[in-house]
Amino acid sequence: MTPAAVDIRGFGYRPPTRTAWALRDVDLAVTPGEHMLLLGASGSGKSTLLRAMAGLLDAGGETAGEVQVDGLPAAAARDRVGLLMQDPDAFLVLSRAGEDVAFGPQNRGLPPDQVEERVASALRAVGFPYPAARPVAALSGGERQRLALAGVLALAPGLLLLDEPTSMLDPDGAALVRRSIGEAVRATGSTLVVVEHRVSDWLPLVDRVVVLTPDGVAADGDPDSVARHPAARDTWLGGPPRLPARPRAASQPGTPLLTATSVTYRHPGGTVDAVSEVTCVSSASSVLAVTGPNGSGKSTLAHLLGGLVAPTSGAVTASPTLVAGTLADTRPHRWRARDLAGRIGSVFQNPEHAFLTGSVREELAVGPRAVHPHRTDLSGTVDRLLDQLRLAHLADANPFTLSGGEQRRLSVAAALATAPQLLLLDEPTFGQDPTTWRELVSLALDLRDAGAGLVVVTHDLGYRDAVADATLQLDQGRVVAP
Amino acid sequence: MSTPLALPRELGTTAFTRANPLARLAPAAALGFANVVTLDPVTPVLTLVVVGSALPVVGLPPRQLARSTWPLFAAAATLLVVNTLAYPAPGVGSADLGVGATTAVRLLAVALPGLLAFATIDAVDLTDAVVQQLHIPARFGYGALAALRLMPLLTQDWRHQALAARARGVTPRGPVARLRDVGRRVLGLLVTAIRRATRLAVALDARGFDGARRATARPSEWSRTDTAWTAGGFVVAGVVTAMSIALGAWQPFFG
Repeated sequence: MTPAAVDIRGFGYRPPTRTAWALRDVDLAVTPGEHMLLLGASGSGKSTLLRAMAGLLDAGGETAGEVQVDGLPAAAARDRVGLLMQDPDAFLVLSRAGEDVAFGPQNRGLPPDQVEERVASALRAVGFPYPAARPVAALSGGERQRLALAGVLALAPGLLLLDEPTSMLDPDGAALVRRSIGEAVRATGSTLVVVEHRVSDWLPLVDRVVVLTPDGVAADGDPDSVARHPAARDTWLGGPPRLPARPRAASQPGTPLLTATSVTYRHPGGTVDAVSEVTCVSSASSVLAVTGPNGSGKSTLAHLLGGLVAPTSGAVTASPTLVAGTLADTRPHRWRARDLAGRIGSVFQNPEHAFLTGSVREELAVGPRAVHPHRTDLSGTVDRLLDQLRLAHLADANPFTLSGGEQRRLSVAAALATAPQLLLLDEPTFGQDPTTWRELVSLALDLRDAGAGLVVVTHDLGYRDAVADATLQLDQGRVVAP
Repeated sequence: MSTPLALPRELGTTAFTRANPLARLAPAAALGFANVVTLDPVTPVLTLVVVGSALPVVGLPPRQLARSTWPLFAAAATLLVVNTLAYPAPGVGSADLGVGATTAVRLLAVALPGLLAFATIDAVDLTDAVVQQLHIPARFGYGALAALRLMPLLTQDWRHQALAARARGVTPRGPVARLRDVGRRVLGLLVTAIRRATRLAVALDARGFDGARRATARPSEWSRTDTAWTAGGFVVAGVVTAMSIALGAWQPFFG
C-alpha cells in the first residue's frame, strides 16, 4: 500500500466520564513516508493522539477539530492504518502464531491464498524463528511482540502507528523488535509514528521529533533542534537525566541482612527451574542490582528473597540484624505476614496487583496497621510518606485511577510505610518519565544512606549504573555474572 | 503457561477427529441427554459400553485420555463411596445397583461423552464452525475466543494479589475477614480484567475486526459424513434408551 498522509487540525478529546480535556488544540501534518517520534511526559495525551490517527477513539468521548488520513476522516480510513500497542498479551487473539497473523487479513476479507502469502511474508519480515503452527503460549515476551508486529504488517498499512512497542522488553529483545520495524518500514516505505519514552534507541529510525503536551504541540523538528527546545526537558531526548554527584554516606556496605544459598525454585507442575542454584547476599547500606533478559527468573528471585514463596531447594536466611528480635525461624518464607512486612518490603512490577484498598491514604495505612496492631495513630507516618512521594494532593483518590507514574510512587510508599530494613524493587523505572526516574534514583540512594539494604530487579541499565553497589546477572535462572 | 487452546491440531486423525467439531459434539450431546432424562442404572451402563468401544475412533492418545478424564473418575469414585456409606446397597446379588453406584455411573455417562468430544476439538476450529454453520455473529464468536486467551492471566493476577497482601503484612484471620478478603480480591481482579478487556477490544478493532467483511479463510465444511455422525449419535442414544425401556429399567426423572 502507498504511504499515507496524516492531517490533524485543531484536534481535542475529552474521554467519557472526565470533565477535563485529555488533549486539545493539536495541529500536526505528517507527510507520506515520514518517520516521526512522538514524545511527551506521562499523561500528555500521546496514546490518545495515536488512537485518534487510528480512528479508534472511544465513541463516548467528546472530540474537537478533525483527524484525516489520506483526506478521509480517520475512522473511515482504518484500512490504511496499522496500530501496535505496548502489551502483546492484549493484542494476540488466536492460539497459534500463523493463525493470529492471518486474523487481520481475514477480517479485511482477503482470499485464502493471499492471506497465506501475507502471513508468510510478515513472519519473514520480523524474523520469526519458528514454524507458523507454534503455540503463542510458548513464546517469550520479545517473540510475542514481534509476532504482534507481524500481525500489523500483514495488514500492509500505509501508516504504521507504534505505541511504546518495546517498553516491556529486555534490551536484546527490544533491539530485535526495533530492527524488524526498521527493516519493515524501509521495505514498504510506509509512514511511521512511534511513541516511546527511551528515545536514543529510536533516533536512527526517525527523521522528525514532536513533543506533545495536553495543550498541543510544544516542539517540532529534527531531533537535534528539538533536543535544545525547553519543552524537551521532561523527555528522554539527549539521554538519561543528569544527576547531581553525591558522595556515599557510608564508605563500605554494612552487615549482611539476607543470604541466599544455592536457592532453586520450580513452579508447581513446571518442568524447568525458574531460579537455579542462585547464591547472593544483600547487605545494609548497599544496593544489589539484578539484571537479565525477560523470563530469566529475576522476579521469581525477588519473590524468594522477599519471603513470599518457599524455595524448592537451598535456603534464604535472614541475619540476626534483620531478625532483630525474637522470631522462631530465620527463613523469611516461614514468618507470619506481619513479621515479614516490618522487615522486608516488596514492590511489584505491576503496581495494580499490589493495591489492597480504595484510597491512597488507606493504602499507606494498611501495612503499619497490620505490623503494629496496637498503635492507633498512624497519620504521622502516612502524611510523611504522602509528602515524600508527592502524593498529598491525591490522598483520597482511588489507586486504580492514578497515572502510571503516580501508581509507581504509591506502590513504593506503601512498601516503605512499614519501615523495612530491606527493600525489594521489581522494575521500578518501567515506563517512567525522567522526573519520576530521577526521584526513584534519589529515593534508592537516600534509603541506602539511611542504612537500608536494597535489591533492585531491572532491565534499565542506566538505573543500575546510577544506584548499584553490586550486580547479579541472571540467564535462564542461573547466575551468569556477578 | 498452558492454555486449553494450545491443543496441537495434529492429534490423532481418525474418521471422528476429521469430522466437523459440531458433528463431534452432536453424538456426545445426544448421549448426555439420554442419560439426563432417566434415573435408571441400565442406560448409563449401556452408554459407557458404547463410549468404551468407541474409544479407538475418538483417537485420543492414552496419556491425554487419562489427563483429561481423571478428575471425572475421581468425582464418580467419591460419589460412589459417600453414597454407599450413606445408603448401603440392598445386598449382593440384588438387581439394584444401590444409590451410590447408580449415581456414579450416571455422572460418568452424562459427562464422559462430552468431555471426550471436547478433548479432540480445537477452540479455533470450534469457533470457525459455530460462526459458519450455526451463524453465530463473528464478532461474538471470535470475541469470546480472544477473551478465553486471557483466562490464564487471571490465575496469574490472583496469585500476585496473594503475594502482595503477604508482603504488606496482611493475613485475613477468621471466616469473616477471609470472606471480606476474597471479596476485595475479586473486585481487584475485575478491575484489571476490565482494563485488559478494553485494551483487547481496541486491539481487535485495530485489526479490522468489525465482522462485516470477514472472509471464511478457514472454511469450516459440513459434509455428508458430518450429518451421518450427528444422525448416528441420535440413533445410538435412541437405541440405548429403547433397550433400557425394553428391560423395564427406564425411569424418567419427570415421571
